Amino acid sequence: MSQKIKDATIPTIPTKARISRWFGRNMLRIYMIFGFTYLFIPVAYTFVFSFNDSGKSNLIWKGFTLSNWQNPCGAPEVCNALGNSIKIGVLATTFATILGTMIAFAIGRYQFKGRSSSNLLIFLPMATPEIVLGASLLSLFLVFKINPGFWPTVIAHVMFCTSFVVVTVKARIASLDPRLEQAAMDLYANELETFRRVTLPLVAPGIAGAALLAFSLSFDDFIITNFNSGTLITFPKFVYVSAARGIPAQANVIGSSMFFLALAIVIAGQLVNRKKAR
Amino acid sequence: MKIGKARVPYLLLLPGFAFLFTFFILPILNLAQTSTQTPVKGGDTGEYEQSFAFSNYINAFVDNKEQFGRSFVYATLATILALAIAYPLAYAIAFKSGKFKNILLVLVVAPFFTSFLLRTVAWKQILGEEGFIVPTLRSLHIISEQTTLTSTAFAVVAGMTYNFLPFMTLPLYASLERIDPRTIEASGDLYANGLTTFRRVTVPLSMPGVVAGTLLTFIPAAGDYVNAAILGSPNTKMIGNVIESRYFKIVDYPTAAALSFTLMAAILILVTLYIRKAGTEELV
Repeated sequence: MSQKIKDATIPTIPTKARISRWFGRNMLRIYMIFGFTYLFIPVAYTFVFSFNDSGKSNLIWKGFTLSNWQNPCGAPEVCNALGNSIKIGVLATTFATILGTMIAFAIGRYQFKGRSSSNLLIFLPMATPEIVLGASLLSLFLVFKINPGFWPTVIAHVMFCTSFVVVTVKARIASLDPRLEQAAMDLYANELETFRRVTLPLVAPGIAGAALLAFSLSFDDFIITNFNSGTLITFPKFVYVSAARGIPAQANVIGSSMFFLALAIVIAGQLVNRKKAR
Repeated sequence: MKIGKARVPYLLLLPGFAFLFTFFILPILNLAQTSTQTPVKGGDTGEYEQSFAFSNYINAFVDNKEQFGRSFVYATLATILALAIAYPLAYAIAFKSGKFKNILLVLVVAPFFTSFLLRTVAWKQILGEEGFIVPTLRSLHIISEQTTLTSTAFAVVAGMTYNFLPFMTLPLYASLERIDPRTIEASGDLYANGLTTFRRVTVPLSMPGVVAGTLLTFIPAAGDYVNAAILGSPNTKMIGNVIESRYFKIVDYPTAAALSFTLMAAILILVTLYIRKAGTEELV
């Protein structure tokens, strides 16, 4: 019956019009396919060339091998650089997360004199080009005769990561329902208990997210690191220096592993959130 | 021990702000100080003394106005391109992806977990002589035998567009996602067609995201030198490349400092003008 009505009301549409209508309806979908292809081309390239049996220079495809994945430290300088990046990343993330979370609570939870200028001080490092941050910090170290190297790099990373932590944690604090804390107080919890048992657990996912962000910013930073690290080689610096004569395939292994690791963490986080929501 | 309640926020701020003051404000002030120094007469290379030589600024600008111009043109082009690519993408994710929303959002950010430099080098190799694109275009006679894609302004702008894309997509998505679908339905009820609704309702409501995204793309792009160094040639040098080489190769700290300040001031002026303009347009 319904089929008959359809046939009666919609006369046959000419093919041309049908195609253009299909395009109109699926334009965004087609666009998305192109968009995501564009986004993933260099990632796919990096992944594919991590299996290249390339020897020193990983420019031309020479054949498939698993040896790069089995022995990522086959190019020792890659692993050395990776180790430095991880050490710097962990230290910088720890300090930046502590400092940033404290600032976020102050700004997000209290009304006080100088609150808006505090917001400005947090915003400024994010609005300053990295090259200016890196160059100015280096010139300060030079004035105090501090040689660039490991600790100056950690300090530099804490400096630019802190603002990002503040912004992320502050957003989480702002989204809290104030009634939850009021309820705790109504149930005779004192301020400290309320903070420890109610506020902190609620803000914790925001802090974890901020720490992940800080680590990935630190791990991936090149410009500020290049100014303040002296002869210390980090992973991005290694890639930059060896770009001219070809990067060993082991670097692609590490790049791809980072991609899959980060993806796994994000997906796990989403799953945990979904479980909690139920 | 009892702490006065009014003091709590200041105690929370103290360590972080002490750190930011020492390693962010102080360096900037020190950079200002360095920018007007001149070489010590008869001193070693890299030895400078304060002489309030504001002419450093004029010299630094005049000597490098080409690179300054290039930085702003490239950064503007990359910002416009990124907006053109990211807006439909963010729109599709916010309105048309249904239950795949979260997955697609993760996929937008995911490529940026692979190192920034590895991705840039990957583009260099994809677009380079050994890649598959250049030989294909040549055999189809779309480009001549002499034309290359790398070492060109095109490659630098394309690299920046790609690398700063998430900074554009995420704020756009955030502001599009916040739009109440009922405002769009209401527009349809009032006989606006799809295009008019998009132009008069969706775009104005997403302006905060557009402003945030363009700023987050433009500022790092204007100061960038990695894309120009890897994908460009000496003819595509940006101001970041000049500052870097002044520091490391020539140890000319005052000029590097003066250039850094000029870059910062130029960005600040442009950003202020832009925010003011975007702000008034939002009201209209």
